[in-house]
Amino acid sequence: MSLFLIAALPFLGAVFPALLIRAGRNASASAAGLTTFLAFAGLLLHAPAIFRGEVIQVGVDWLPALGLNANFFLDGLGFLFASMILGIGLLIILYARFYLSREDPMGQFYTYLLLFQGAMVGITLSDNILLLLVFWELTSLSSFLLIGYWKHLPEGRQGARMALAVTGSGGLAMIGGMMILGNITGSYDLSVILQNKELIQASPMYLPALVLILLGCFTKSAQFPFHFWLPHAMAAPTPVSAYLHSATMVKAGIFLMARLWPVLAGTPEWFYIVATTGLVTMLLGAVIALFKDDLKALLAFSTVSHLGLITMLLGFGTKIAAVTAVFHIINHATFKAALFMSAGIVDHETHTRDIKRLGGLRHLMPVTATVAIVAALSMAGIPPFNGFLSKEMMLEETVHTHWGSSAYLVPGLALVAALFSAAYSFRFIGHVFLGQPRNDYPAQPHDPGFGMWAGPALLMTLVVLIGLFSATLVGPLVAIAAGAVIGGAELPYYSLKLWHGLTPALYMSLAASIGGLVLLLLHRPLMAAWNAASRPEAKQIFDRLMRGLTKLSQLITDGLHNGAITRYAFVMMLFIIALSYYAYSSGTITAPTRLAQAEGPIALIAWFCLIVATLAVVAKHRQRQLSLVLIGVVGLVVSLGFNYLSAPDLALTQLSVEVVTMILLLLALNFMPKDSPIESPLWVRLRDGGIAVIAGLGAATLIYMLMLRDFAMPSISEFHLANSYKGGGGTNVVNVILVDFRGYDTFGEIIVLGIAALVIYALTEAVLGSRVRAYLLNRKPDMPQAGDAHPMMMVVATRVMMPLALMVAAYIFFRGHNLPGGGFIAGLITAIALLMQYMASGFSWASERQRMFYHGTIGSGVLIAAATGLGSWFGGVPFLTSAFGYIHWPPLEEFEWATAALFDLGVFLAVVGAVLLALESLARFAWQPGISSEHAMDINPARDDLEQAQMQAQTPGQHPGLHPPGPHDQSIKGEV
Amino acid sequence: MIPLSIEFLVASAVGLLTAAGIYLILRRRTFPVILGLSLLTYGVNIFLFATGRLMVNAPPILNKYADVAYTDPLPQALVLTAIVISFGMTAVVVMIALAAYLSARDDLIDMPHHPEDEGEDA
Repeated sequence: MSLFLIAALPFLGAVFPALLIRAGRNASASAAGLTTFLAFAGLLLHAPAIFRGEVIQVGVDWLPALGLNANFFLDGLGFLFASMILGIGLLIILYARFYLSREDPMGQFYTYLLLFQGAMVGITLSDNILLLLVFWELTSLSSFLLIGYWKHLPEGRQGARMALAVTGSGGLAMIGGMMILGNITGSYDLSVILQNKELIQASPMYLPALVLILLGCFTKSAQFPFHFWLPHAMAAPTPVSAYLHSATMVKAGIFLMARLWPVLAGTPEWFYIVATTGLVTMLLGAVIALFKDDLKALLAFSTVSHLGLITMLLGFGTKIAAVTAVFHIINHATFKAALFMSAGIVDHETHTRDIKRLGGLRHLMPVTATVAIVAALSMAGIPPFNGFLSKEMMLEETVHTHWGSSAYLVPGLALVAALFSAAYSFRFIGHVFLGQPRNDYPAQPHDPGFGMWAGPALLMTLVVLIGLFSATLVGPLVAIAAGAVIGGAELPYYSLKLWHGLTPALYMSLAASIGGLVLLLLHRPLMAAWNAASRPEAKQIFDRLMRGLTKLSQLITDGLHNGAITRYAFVMMLFIIALSYYAYSSGTITAPTRLAQAEGPIALIAWFCLIVATLAVVAKHRQRQLSLVLIGVVGLVVSLGFNYLSAPDLALTQLSVEVVTMILLLLALNFMPKDSPIESPLWVRLRDGGIAVIAGLGAATLIYMLMLRDFAMPSISEFHLANSYKGGGGTNVVNVILVDFRGYDTFGEIIVLGIAALVIYALTEAVLGSRVRAYLLNRKPDMPQAGDAHPMMMVVATRVMMPLALMVAAYIFFRGHNLPGGGFIAGLITAIALLMQYMASGFSWASERQRMFYHGTIGSGVLIAAATGLGSWFGGVPFLTSAFGYIHWPPLEEFEWATAALFDLGVFLAVVGAVLLALESLARFAWQPGISSEHAMDINPARDDLEQAQMQAQTPGQHPGLHPPGPHDQSIKGEV
Repeated sequence: MIPLSIEFLVASAVGLLTAAGIYLILRRRTFPVILGLSLLTYGVNIFLFATGRLMVNAPPILNKYADVAYTDPLPQALVLTAIVISFGMTAVVVMIALAAYLSARDDLIDMPHHPEDEGEDA
């Protein structure tokens, strides 16, 4: 199976559990299990090649310019980790099926789990370090979801946040480190980086890169002083803890240290940073674990301790220590996953994880007890289990290690750690499973069903078998994985066996076991002393730090972003002016190369209108309706100006947009205050005026200078003019640019327009769904209303004009390719023709007769445009290349067809839909019950007479003259 | 003294529209700000259009029968889309302004300053 598929399978499969949960919990769990199984099987198919010592590589260039390639490779180390992740993943999926209760959303759980699994597998298979970083961040995110899975528990949420904050910030540091590493070697591919040990270690950037990368690894693998997040992450459901904290998440940091071992290890810096951190973590974790009463907390700190052990071994930088580290990774994964699952079973059955409330479970849960005791003995390092083997090898290594000038420091501290490790393991056994059964368990314990203990039992079998037949069972695996860690060099001599003779390590093991027993016997007084001593509480320090950071960012955010939008605008304007001044003062101005053109009297008049109207808008902007009229004048002059200056398309567009905008603003103004009060003091107005004048002068000067000079570089417009007819088949160059040369821009634009209309629709829905609706329904008009809401003259006129307007739109549309016009303008004209019906006969009347929904119109427009673009692929040419030809059907004139016209149809539909949807949404605010005019279209005097007669019969006292009845009688009643 | 010319008329119009637009954008109510945005849009559109240099009676419609001069079509195409997009923008801004006014009954654009509300969940 391709490595691509192995890495992608968990992500692809993540969809199914969430969907299949509707078919039941078994279906959901099976989907997750099947996905994992397939990926696992695919991985195992590579096993023969891996054991022959081959490295499997696949890759495609993804973003070669950035050095980011989707390259995967599988070697011994990757194989070891990937098989642990997928194999233990399978057991966890089985276990979780029975562990989670009915109230827990199981589909979600498996989806998160698979996402996490995919990210982890991705890390182990990545060849490209940028790709690895992507997966690395994904593990942080998906583990956040898993740890916080029980959303209702505050500890769960806090633990998840803490894990994300710690591992996430470590990840950020690591990005920096990886970048440096890539820069040193000139490649982001691991297979290249791993060949460049001398180059990297000789670089002055070696130490920064090392520290940054180690920050990432230490946070992820919970090394001191970042170890505190791991115990808090225990608020997650036990399957999550078992998975994340035995075999996967926390091993990611270890994996990376092992992965980069060939190029980073072997220097004094590496030894002192990594080995010391590992040693301290190992010791600290072991000591704290002994004093934890929560089963999972005990296991969490023991995990911290064992991760420290592995880190320390990698830190030694010797080949034999690396082999030992790999071996211990395997052993730890097996016994720790089994222990976590057993602890979960105990919790599940007795409803408590408090060691002080447990004991004697051996009699009540024999199966669980067997599994847990064997695994715990392995953790303590008792023969013949696998933990003993690697722990003894570790102790052997410490004996040969000098820290500074001291030969006793490392072995001494390692012995103390091993002693505590034995002690907490014994406590786990003694205080939970041994002793007499109690009669005050929160729930009556008994062994769970097969599904739940199958996984741990399988792991326990492995613990025993690896212990007894290590060389046969895992010898080859250790050999290939360790070979990958030490970078293909010759493996040192080692032997995986129980009896090495009377070595110092054996005496140390013996001492640790006996000392552990003694410590357990002394546990009660020790515990009292421990509780009496004052210790720094990591969570409090972390919380205080977080509060401080939150305060700081709040301070900055509030300072910069205080909600005063006027101030933002002001600052922005000042900044733009300053920037422009800089550009102005640092540039040079050449002599004019173009002659100014003489203006005619018409241009002068139009200019005068524009100036007066603009000044009047500013002067009269407090009277809102008046300013709308005035701004309409400005728009009109601008349209005329476009026409005068050889831009007929622009003139048509501006004119029709102007109409629509005016209607829109009038509609909105209907609901808003009609005046703006004077609020700013005079000096503020003067200040703003000053800024405005400076900006205006700058813009005017710039464009004036520009217009009097020729292009600095040849314009691409020459190309458009030359190829418009030949390549695009149209003589209106502007339209050909829109639908052909720059068709992709136009395509994007109609999508934006459609989105804008949908935003307006959504806002309307939201507002009309709120309290505002009641206000609108009972709202009294704040201005005098026309006596006749829908005057008959207007109704008749719009009806007559509608076909004409549509005909004009069609004409404008079809001629657009060759003469001014096109989809945009035709769309606007059509929209206006339809809007007139709304205006003449009212919203209710018009929407009753609306046959097509504007959402659909927008959508079909975008789809037609897209389909036209895709069509060109079938011709073997790039997206949106237009084709055209000429057809001659007698007796018609020869006419042209072009796929561009189809694209323009898409533009047309999108514009019609967007404009109408926007205005219709606004108009819905005005709707009130009873204002529908049912006869707005029907101009039948005879019926009026009939109604009048009926009304007079019903209300004899009414004076007909005061209340002229008409076809819109009802509507007037509704509005008055 | 700058001679009156089409270029001068256009440049002064751009300047005035920009200045008027910016002045209105700096007001504190939504409606003047929307008007200001519209004026500024005119100014910017004309500015963009004018970067193609000005020509009278030379529309970029190819003439099959005679070899004539054409004005620059590219800024026109840019401005055409800009006009339509600015309609969309105005519509959205108007809608937001209206919704804000109806919900809060005031059309000030500055948000009232809220005292710190700490969102710590525990």
